[in-house]
Amino acid sequence: LSLALYAGSLCAASSAAFLYHDYCIIGAGPSGLQVAYFLQQAGRDYIVFERSHAPGSFFALYPRHRKLISINKQYTGKSNSEFNLRHDWNSLLSHDRRLLFRHYSRDFFPNADAMVHYLEDFASMLKLQVQYNTAIIHVTLEKDEQAWNGHYFLLTDQDRQNYKCSSLLVATGTWVPNVVNFPGSEYVEGYETVSINPEDFAGQTVLILGRGNSAFETAENILGVTNFIHMVSRSRVRLSWATHYVGDLRAINNGLLDTYQLKSLDGLLEGDLEDLAIVKDKKGKLHITLRFYLENRNTSAGIDSIILPQDELDNFATRAPYDRVIRCLGWKFDFSIYNRSLRLMPGKGNKKKYPQIKPSYESRGTRGLFILGTASHSVDFRKSAGGFIHGFRYTTRAVHRLLENRHHGVPWPSTVYPITQLTNSIIKRVNEASGLYQMFSVLADIILLRENATAFEYLEEYPVGVLAELETQTGRRAPNGLFVVIMEYGRNFSGADKDVFYYNRAVGEAQHAWQSNFLHPVIYYYKHLPTEREMKLRPPDWPLPRPDAVHHIVEDFLTDWTAPNAHVLPLRRFLENCLSTDLRNFFAESCFFFAFTRQKLPPFCQQGYVGMQGLLGSEGLRRHAVEAGLLEDYAPRDFSGDKTPDSREGSQDQLLRDHAIPVRPLQHLVNAKDE
Amino acid sequence: MSARKGRWVSSFSFLLFWASSIPRRGSARLLQELSPQEYFGSLQAGRASLAYFSRNASPGAQPFLEQIENSAEALQDYGISVVKVNCPKEDVSRYCGKENTLRKAYLFRGSMLIREFPTDALFDVNSIVANVLFALLFNEVKYVETLADLQNIENALKGRANMVFAYVPATGTAEHRAVMEAAFVYGTVHQFVLTTEATLLRDTGDDEPDVASARLLFCHCQRATDLAQPCRRTAMGQALTMLNIHRHLKLMGAPLVTEVAEDPEKVSTVHLQLGLPLVFILSQKETYEADRRTAEFVAWQLLGKAGVALLSRDLVDLNILLKSNVALKTPDEGVPVKYLVLEDTDEVITLVEDKSKVGQIQEEEEEEEDEDEKQNNNQDIQDDQVVEAVARDKKRELPLEQILVLTEETFHSALLEAARTVVLFYASWEAVSLAVLRSYAEVADHLKGTQGVSLAQVNCWDWPGVCTKENVTQFPTIRIYEKGERWVMYDGMWGTEELTSFIMLSRVSCPLKLATIEEAEGYLRGEFPSELSSYHHTSVLGVFSMATSEARKAFEEAGNILSGHVTMGMYFEDDALALSRKYAVSPPALLLARSGGQSVEGIALSKQSAQDMVRMIRYELLDVFPEITVQNLPRYLQLRKPFLILFSDGDIGEMESKEMLKLAKGRPRQAFVACWLNLKKTPVGRGVLKVYFATVPSPPLLLWVNLHAGGRVFQFPSEQTVTEMNVLSWLERLKAGLESPSSTLSEEDWKPPLPAYDFLQMMETAVPEVPLHPSHRHGDTPVPKSPGGDTTVREEPSQETKAEKGGSPGRDLRGTAPRLAAREKQGKRHSEL
Repeated sequence: LSLALYAGSLCAASSAAFLYHDYCIIGAGPSGLQVAYFLQQAGRDYIVFERSHAPGSFFALYPRHRKLISINKQYTGKSNSEFNLRHDWNSLLSHDRRLLFRHYSRDFFPNADAMVHYLEDFASMLKLQVQYNTAIIHVTLEKDEQAWNGHYFLLTDQDRQNYKCSSLLVATGTWVPNVVNFPGSEYVEGYETVSINPEDFAGQTVLILGRGNSAFETAENILGVTNFIHMVSRSRVRLSWATHYVGDLRAINNGLLDTYQLKSLDGLLEGDLEDLAIVKDKKGKLHITLRFYLENRNTSAGIDSIILPQDELDNFATRAPYDRVIRCLGWKFDFSIYNRSLRLMPGKGNKKKYPQIKPSYESRGTRGLFILGTASHSVDFRKSAGGFIHGFRYTTRAVHRLLENRHHGVPWPSTVYPITQLTNSIIKRVNEASGLYQMFSVLADIILLRENATAFEYLEEYPVGVLAELETQTGRRAPNGLFVVIMEYGRNFSGADKDVFYYNRAVGEAQHAWQSNFLHPVIYYYKHLPTEREMKLRPPDWPLPRPDAVHHIVEDFLTDWTAPNAHVLPLRRFLENCLSTDLRNFFAESCFFFAFTRQKLPPFCQQGYVGMQGLLGSEGLRRHAVEAGLLEDYAPRDFSGDKTPDSREGSQDQLLRDHAIPVRPLQHLVNAKDE
Repeated sequence: MSARKGRWVSSFSFLLFWASSIPRRGSARLLQELSPQEYFGSLQAGRASLAYFSRNASPGAQPFLEQIENSAEALQDYGISVVKVNCPKEDVSRYCGKENTLRKAYLFRGSMLIREFPTDALFDVNSIVANVLFALLFNEVKYVETLADLQNIENALKGRANMVFAYVPATGTAEHRAVMEAAFVYGTVHQFVLTTEATLLRDTGDDEPDVASARLLFCHCQRATDLAQPCRRTAMGQALTMLNIHRHLKLMGAPLVTEVAEDPEKVSTVHLQLGLPLVFILSQKETYEADRRTAEFVAWQLLGKAGVALLSRDLVDLNILLKSNVALKTPDEGVPVKYLVLEDTDEVITLVEDKSKVGQIQEEEEEEEDEDEKQNNNQDIQDDQVVEAVARDKKRELPLEQILVLTEETFHSALLEAARTVVLFYASWEAVSLAVLRSYAEVADHLKGTQGVSLAQVNCWDWPGVCTKENVTQFPTIRIYEKGERWVMYDGMWGTEELTSFIMLSRVSCPLKLATIEEAEGYLRGEFPSELSSYHHTSVLGVFSMATSEARKAFEEAGNILSGHVTMGMYFEDDALALSRKYAVSPPALLLARSGGQSVEGIALSKQSAQDMVRMIRYELLDVFPEITVQNLPRYLQLRKPFLILFSDGDIGEMESKEMLKLAKGRPRQAFVACWLNLKKTPVGRGVLKVYFATVPSPPLLLWVNLHAGGRVFQFPSEQTVTEMNVLSWLERLKAGLESPSSTLSEEDWKPPLPAYDFLQMMETAVPEVPLHPSHRHGDTPVPKSPGGDTTVREEPSQETKAEKGGSPGRDLRGTAPRLAAREKQGKRHSEL
């Protein structure tokens, strides 16, 4: 008895007592583990709750046919690890090079089991604090002025254990299957449970509801053995190569489009699923009809009394009966566990499967509640990659940096450079940064100018939607203007109905770079940090409000933006004109000349030569510069030139400009080829 | 009439002579004084004379008389004699009788009176000459008042002769005279038309005519084929003087396009003789017709500014011609013909207009405008000397065999292999990095076989992880790692010698502990340690007694900071006192041995912090009277003092050297940097001198250059010899403001060399519906020029025309250089294969 009493009191005590952590993370999927990694690296007090016994439970079941559509590119021809992440869509970010996905699968489209394995290793090798078999079933708030956000989050698990946290990071993904209810929907099988053995579909006629990757993946699997497959959904099919959105239908799954358009009995139909009804006949065949017909009849009557559309319209498209109907309508966020006080609301329109959040990934309703991973996709739904591992690994890092600044006084990491490194630092980032590339138009590098533009501070991958709050969110100051480095597709290039292979789609010349269509770097210049209001009033489809100046680096077939004339030179001119200075490099000899002939020196000479780091250059380079007319040779053999006063007069700077009459050797090469 | 004209024309060469060098002859002698009888008796048929009649000089006529006398000489050049007729008192004839006739002058041709002038119309020489010629050249110079008159004359001339149309604000002015004088010479060749009505100018295409200034237009009516169209006009840009008009008419008379078939160096045309450039359009048989049209188009644009010649490549065997399409010959002697590749006719015109600008001093405003225009065309041309030099060198394979290429995997293990590993962190796309890499390869070559030092490189573009982990944020960075543990960053000049020396000096620990007094002496002589004996360097020896451990610590710290830049030794054994006594210092002290221990200087150490010590050692290392070079200038610039600098062509003389050294060591040493510059070793010094002086005086030149305050440059009087006394007193005069500077350094800021592409504006122009901004600017944003709009451009004989025709738009590869794409002017876009 006493034992029982003891046990009882313990139980009571434990349900009353809260286990406290600064950070609670719900879900040990990719984003939950990713944020756990950053918190662990920063030495924060955190815990991850996972309802399953292992991480990545979603991937243990889905995708049903086990083929991930995130690419796992083994080779890029480059050794740059940051650059290579641009083509590795499965790895999470960590310092451990063993935890790269290519060590887990050699397939370009890997098996989902590899992901499960990878996530297990990620959690265990990095010793992340994950509490498995803990399903959080309720979340509520406790007001407390001492708390970071004015309240604590109280979490309850399936065993009535309570947890108290200062900050709640929701990384549960979207796992609740979307269902539609219409008469006869009980005959519909769900993607979650439908057989994946093609044998089971031999000689059958199948109707699939939905038009996403899961629907096509299901169709692809049984394409070869069915009589025919029809697919119904409300909207037309969106092909990812037309929309540049990885969540739209991927080429790897679209075999049915091929057979449809090549007249092989399969087909696509458009229609609202809500209007649908299914009736089963005596032979067990499923007939499609419309809800409208069912509502107007006597419910007690048998199947024969039901009017089918083909009775009135004898060429009705889906008049043939089906053997099976499969629902593949995707998933939505689980809103059920959050107390009303958290005001976690679904989004509007096609974003209703996601909770409403700000561009900083914080819930609109509750301060201190952040949504991570797939569930945070409302920020860039159908635009960028925030709903996928290769995107949210970066947005998660951004959220972590916001938290570090907000709660621990650790400002956003930044590097201060002299202004002479401005062009270089941008070129370096746009060429290798993966976060900018994956999360195009969402994450941006920010360059904060110091007074008199002699130096600048470089911040990486800041969520551009909260640009107006930059100073409070990062702990960095922006009083002297800033550049925003971001990547964009051409504004009118992508779209479900766009022809993305039209002739002359690519821009080759730097001067027309603003018309670039493929993903390319864009640099915005603001003299002052944009205000909230300006952010709100920005033109639709613009990631940012109107800048004081903007520069596009022309799209490049190799995404290699290091060409000195086509990429670097126009960028330098842009930066120079924004800052009203001269950012050219000079050999020491030129700096010497300027030191004796001008009262002011260009930044490169001031910061290099005068600081005793002049670029002397080899004799060969000096000769090239002289030949190019960019450096004057005063050596005595040139002395005859001195006697004709007109020929060599003027300062060297004039000379630098006067080399103007260009000899363009390239042309002759071209011409020679053509002749 | 015609006989007279013939004579006048033949007097042309004489006229020119007169015009260019007005001979000073006694004017009084030219004015004849005759009695009425004598005068009327001497009048010859066809010969003009200007006479005035006077009865005892009336006082009011006196100034008028002077002007008449003065103009006699000028008028004589046109065969017009000037006569003063003295009327006898009793004479009451037509000219002498009435009082009012005495206030007039009379122009006769033979005995016929052409015109009488009131004396107030003849107020000076210009008005006299202008009015007299105006009266005589009644047929040659038509005076018009209405537009209709002008058009009638113009129409009548079409297809027959050219017209010279002049506007002068008033008659009797210098401009009027110049026009009349020109008409005297050219009146038979061209029809002259004169007006004083400014409204007529408006019709000549000049919307806002400057009514106050005279204008002259050459109207090409002879060539006019279309009677409905007005004749083409070429305005004279210069002021209306006889010489300018003559030059202008001469240019207008020259053939529009000259065809030449010889070496351009040998060609000479009227343009070159008149000091204008000559543009050659290089043609070939196949495109002759088109080239001819281009040449004519250009010639019309350049009429009056330059000549245009059509040069056939087929006839002249010059290699260079194959590569270019245009050549430019300037009138300056000894300047070689320039061969160029230009894209369109606008560039030819800009080229000429820019060139002629050099000679003339024009208003700054205009110049700036021009410059802007020019700059816009050159935005895509590299103007960064380092980037361009590296780009031009990129095909050359660098000799990098001596340099280890490190990767993420090998970085740490490689550092452990040698005692010292020099690592260059660079980015393979970055120009400065690549320039340094070239010097680095040379260093590797110098250090080949040196024990204990290995050279390595890390390409941060390939291995960003290493660079991030090593906290390398800027390229290039050079560090010397010791056994993979601590490292020293190289912070000297990016040059072969400097880096080599740094690496060599870093091999020896700094400071080096010297164990015996023999070692210390050897160290001061530069013989110890032996690995440095071949390197010229200054040695710093710290002498400490056992008690001065604090100073010793600071010295050691300073050694760490200065490692690689200087050799430092320290000695703190028991017999340190012996050493200090020998050099008359008391420990703690520094002994400074310059150039192999020939002189040892002792300095007491009073400051204790390492930073102070670093500063002091750096200062002490500076030479008293250094030779300034590109490499060492920054060290002296940091003193932020004016420079007293002797520019010398070669080594400086012994005397000057001695005097300068005295100056340098003297009392005002604190006030300025006394130094010299060897123009042979540092030729860029010539460039500096050229900026200071319009004509560079011959060296040696002693200059006071105040680099940091005011930027004024003074030249020591060349007639004085450089002695300490002379220079000091000159410096006093400078200080007192008694000397005027030879030059002042430009205060100009470093602005962007060229504008950037204004994409914001392009977007607004192209997509006006996008509400990019508060709408006010929509209206006034200029539409960007459509590329290649001028059809003449395409007739340009340059070879790109062919490429344009030959290449179908789809053949280009995206991502190749934009120039390749630029060939197609309208086709802005092209797709990949």
